[in-house]
Amino acid sequence: MSQHQINLTINGRPHCSTVEGRLTLSDFLRGDAGYTGVHVGCEHGVCGACTVIVDGNAVRSCLMLAVQADGSKITTVEGLAADDGTLHPVQQAMKDECALQCGFCTPGIVMTLTALTNCANKPSGDTLVQAMSGHICRCTGYQGIKRAAMKLGGDAA
Amino acid sequence: MSATETPAAPGVYIGQRVPRKEDARLLTGKGVYVDDVSVAGMLHVAFHRSPIARGNIKSIDLSVAKQLPGVHAVLIAADLARYKVDMLSFFLAAPVVPVPVLAIDCVRYVGDPIAIIIAEDRYIAEDAAGLITVVYDEEDPVVTMDEAKTGALVHPQTDSNIAAATGTEDPDEELEALLNNAPHLETVEFKHQRIAQSPMETRGVVSAPQGAEELTIYLSCQGPQLNARWFAQAFGMPQTSIRVISKDVGGSFGLKGQPWREEVATVLASMLLKRPLKWIEDRLENLTSACQAREQEIKLRAAFDKEGNLIASHAEYSINNGAYPQGADSNIAVMMFIWGAHKLPKFDFYSRGWFTNTVGLSAYRGPWAIESLTREVLLDRAARKLGIDAVELRKRTLLRREDQPCTTNMGLELEDISPAECLDVLLTKVDVTAFRIEQAEARKQGRYLGLGIATYIEPTAGSTGIAVLISESAHIRIEPTGKISAVVSTHSQGHGTQTTMAQVVAETLGVKFDDVSIHEDDSSRGGYGSGAYGSRQAVAGGGACIGAAKLLVDKIKKAAAHLLNTTPENISMREGIITVSGDKPQSVTLRDLADIAYGEPERLPEGMEAGLEVQFRYRPPPITMTSAAHACIVEVDADTGFVKIKRWVSSEDCGVMINPSVVEGQIAGGLAQGIGSVLMEQVSFDARGNPTAVTYKDYMLPTIFDVPTFEYNHDASMPSKADGGFRGVGEGGCIVGPPTLVNAIADALAPFGEIKLEFPMTPTRLLAHIEGRPEIAEHAKPVVAPVPEPTVATTPTVAPVQNVFSPSAPQEQIAAPAAVQIDGNWKFVLSTPLGPQAFTGRMSTDGNNLTGVFIMNMDEAHFTGTFKGNHLVWDLKVTKPMKITLKYEAHIDGDKLLGKCKMGIFGTAKLVGERIP
Repeated sequence: MSQHQINLTINGRPHCSTVEGRLTLSDFLRGDAGYTGVHVGCEHGVCGACTVIVDGNAVRSCLMLAVQADGSKITTVEGLAADDGTLHPVQQAMKDECALQCGFCTPGIVMTLTALTNCANKPSGDTLVQAMSGHICRCTGYQGIKRAAMKLGGDAA
Repeated sequence: MSATETPAAPGVYIGQRVPRKEDARLLTGKGVYVDDVSVAGMLHVAFHRSPIARGNIKSIDLSVAKQLPGVHAVLIAADLARYKVDMLSFFLAAPVVPVPVLAIDCVRYVGDPIAIIIAEDRYIAEDAAGLITVVYDEEDPVVTMDEAKTGALVHPQTDSNIAAATGTEDPDEELEALLNNAPHLETVEFKHQRIAQSPMETRGVVSAPQGAEELTIYLSCQGPQLNARWFAQAFGMPQTSIRVISKDVGGSFGLKGQPWREEVATVLASMLLKRPLKWIEDRLENLTSACQAREQEIKLRAAFDKEGNLIASHAEYSINNGAYPQGADSNIAVMMFIWGAHKLPKFDFYSRGWFTNTVGLSAYRGPWAIESLTREVLLDRAARKLGIDAVELRKRTLLRREDQPCTTNMGLELEDISPAECLDVLLTKVDVTAFRIEQAEARKQGRYLGLGIATYIEPTAGSTGIAVLISESAHIRIEPTGKISAVVSTHSQGHGTQTTMAQVVAETLGVKFDDVSIHEDDSSRGGYGSGAYGSRQAVAGGGACIGAAKLLVDKIKKAAAHLLNTTPENISMREGIITVSGDKPQSVTLRDLADIAYGEPERLPEGMEAGLEVQFRYRPPPITMTSAAHACIVEVDADTGFVKIKRWVSSEDCGVMINPSVVEGQIAGGLAQGIGSVLMEQVSFDARGNPTAVTYKDYMLPTIFDVPTFEYNHDASMPSKADGGFRGVGEGGCIVGPPTLVNAIADALAPFGEIKLEFPMTPTRLLAHIEGRPEIAEHAKPVVAPVPEPTVATTPTVAPVQNVFSPSAPQEQIAAPAAVQIDGNWKFVLSTPLGPQAFTGRMSTDGNNLTGVFIMNMDEAHFTGTFKGNHLVWDLKVTKPMKITLKYEAHIDGDKLLGKCKMGIFGTAKLVGERIP
């Protein structure tokens, strides 16, 4: 197995690690780096639960290898809330709108919404709902997720 | 104040949309799901699985796999055989055919686990799984239920592929006459596709043996208490040594009610290796090797008079049990509820569960849901043919509150169902007349709108007849800090019971919601309960919390009254402040009282136990019914066959709501799953039994665009008889969603004729209907020609189906030699609707008279009967779960006994017996 040294920043902290070439970014973030908020739901890029932000973009970490993240800046769901525990606006909107039940798909949804709402051109609620089509939630019927996305886009739910 | 007088008005916490306690950790990535658990020294597990659906194992070569660096062990069934494990059903009953932990001599479905690989990481374990070579003697599989009826035996040791049966095969002539001579006979017949429960978190286990006496199992499950009990009983180990921990669970929907083969193999391997082991199912495994549900076929006939009143009905039903079901099942609940809310004079049924070479059957949200789909579709079709409005037909046939209490022809005792009343409320929200005008206008423009309406009743929180589902427990303690901890036998897989149970405790005690913590994640704390099963948590768990909190209130009042020189009646508590009413109001905090109760118990009333803690076990009423009526409006695109759901309105009687947001979340989630089952979800197999939907690109789940915004209405709600007045809502959406949507699609496409009931109703299928052409087969599969029930084998390779219920069987045996030994000890297995029941017995003869006794669970049941030759008949009166006379008929062949037991409305069950010393 090929071993590769990678240097990257996760949630503002530098990480240096040696990984196998075939290790997925999701398994690296969960196992080696300890960010278990990254959830692996399908391992083939459909469900979106493993979404993290890599250099500003929402990325399915099950479809990316850890070595490909060398030199990048990564944010996981653990990196969003303020130090004093104040929730990120996306997390707060999800909570206010009852947008989660079991919580397994939640981190991925939060990361996609965060990546998009961080963009310079602020997306509309409809755009955010559109982006949610890439996430599967089996519990909620998407009711609260839709409301949270609309709210974050500045639209009434 | 009795429960029925409890006002439905919101309390301080009960009835409020209190934000969930769980959300803070789940939104920040701090939840602890089983894959988040690491134990020092932990190794990782993968399975080598069968690539064929049926065959005998000729040889297994593990040598290459074992040599791979990083592999610690590769084990097969023989290696695990040192532990005797009796796989059990959810009801903790023995299976009809033994379920091996790993395949022993043969494989029975694609994905059947053969070897368990233990390695340093999952990647290496999977590498090694690919290095195992198994040589098979492959056989033709039995994949569909049609094939099961005529094909080879899935399990050669059985006498037919019928895994379970209830009801009566012989037609009831009186019923047939009613059906055939009625002014209108409506028949609905269809197959329902197989569904994968698809929790976003797959199954998983971390097994950490801690010496001979202790075993800690971290498990993704529906209830740690029941699962610990399952392991203890299946492994034959005292329960005290097995601890199941299950903190956060990413959805279950019936799949995780009990451990199954992979979890058990992992635990056994960890015991053998004396190392902690982790198995996390991947999605490929989940879609191919986790138990599945819903593959059924049903034929429902219902006779109506000209006014639309029901005269009689008959249902014939089959369900695919796969090779190793989690409890062989013919799904008696379908028959209990198919006309459970309707005025129907006469009903009969025949249900069978079939073994096939597919992965086994387990529960899925509303396992009996096909009853509502079938009935509601039938009512709409009958309405169209009778020229009666579909709503009106429901009003004529549904029982109303004033018709109750009453008992249905299936023995269901009803006292407060209200689907008709829910429908009344629904019709104030959905203007049917206005819709019909809109629909007519749209049709002129080539747009096809449809309105679907369905009603249902949902049995929740059952507490009778099923030993594992009787009562729930709550332990509540005021900590020395004044904060409140409650250990409840509920378990959330997204249900939010840490919030709802805290609402109930805070409300009943009179403390702040924020001060209450609910713990439900560890079988070593609290008492037995089934966790999330049968929509029971609000009713049974909530009732347990109320009962325990009331006991604690009594103690607090007595202690406070003693300390404050007053009587308990003058004490009240709100937000944790204990106040004395009267001329000189005084108050102390709960914290003050806790300090004394724990630190200076001598200041408590004489004889009062130190501390402030109680426990209470609540058994709710036998069944708590939830009712609802739903409506949806769809538009079907005639060019694409695509269904767009434009509006969906629900009207429920869900009793007192603990938290409306949680209630609505359950309804919405269930509806989304119902929409998925109608429009897109399908587990499929090719002719060789190979799964053909093995990723979420092939097994399609509803996305945000497939699910509309739901409108809820709770105006029809009345408190239930349970303490607190709650009703369950866990499964209803998944039950009523499909008929509501199917009826809307049928209404939209009515100009093209009655739609075919083929599921899922994909755009391809609907377009074929719209364009009036035969459907292009979506899954290339040879059509199995229907074969009439054979009396003899048609080909030498096909074993004849020996029907144990055939009335001719005992008669043939009567002709057998008369010298038959009946007297003596026997062991029996009766295949009841709840699974097989094993018991022993004694029989003795005198002249032509037969006397005997059955012995089960230290209980004896005596019976008398007669015999002629080797043919025996006897009656047995039982009182549990209901008063019923069981009519037995059997014949003896040497040391074997084969017969049947007529169980009144529950139909006929198979009895097998064997002579014992």
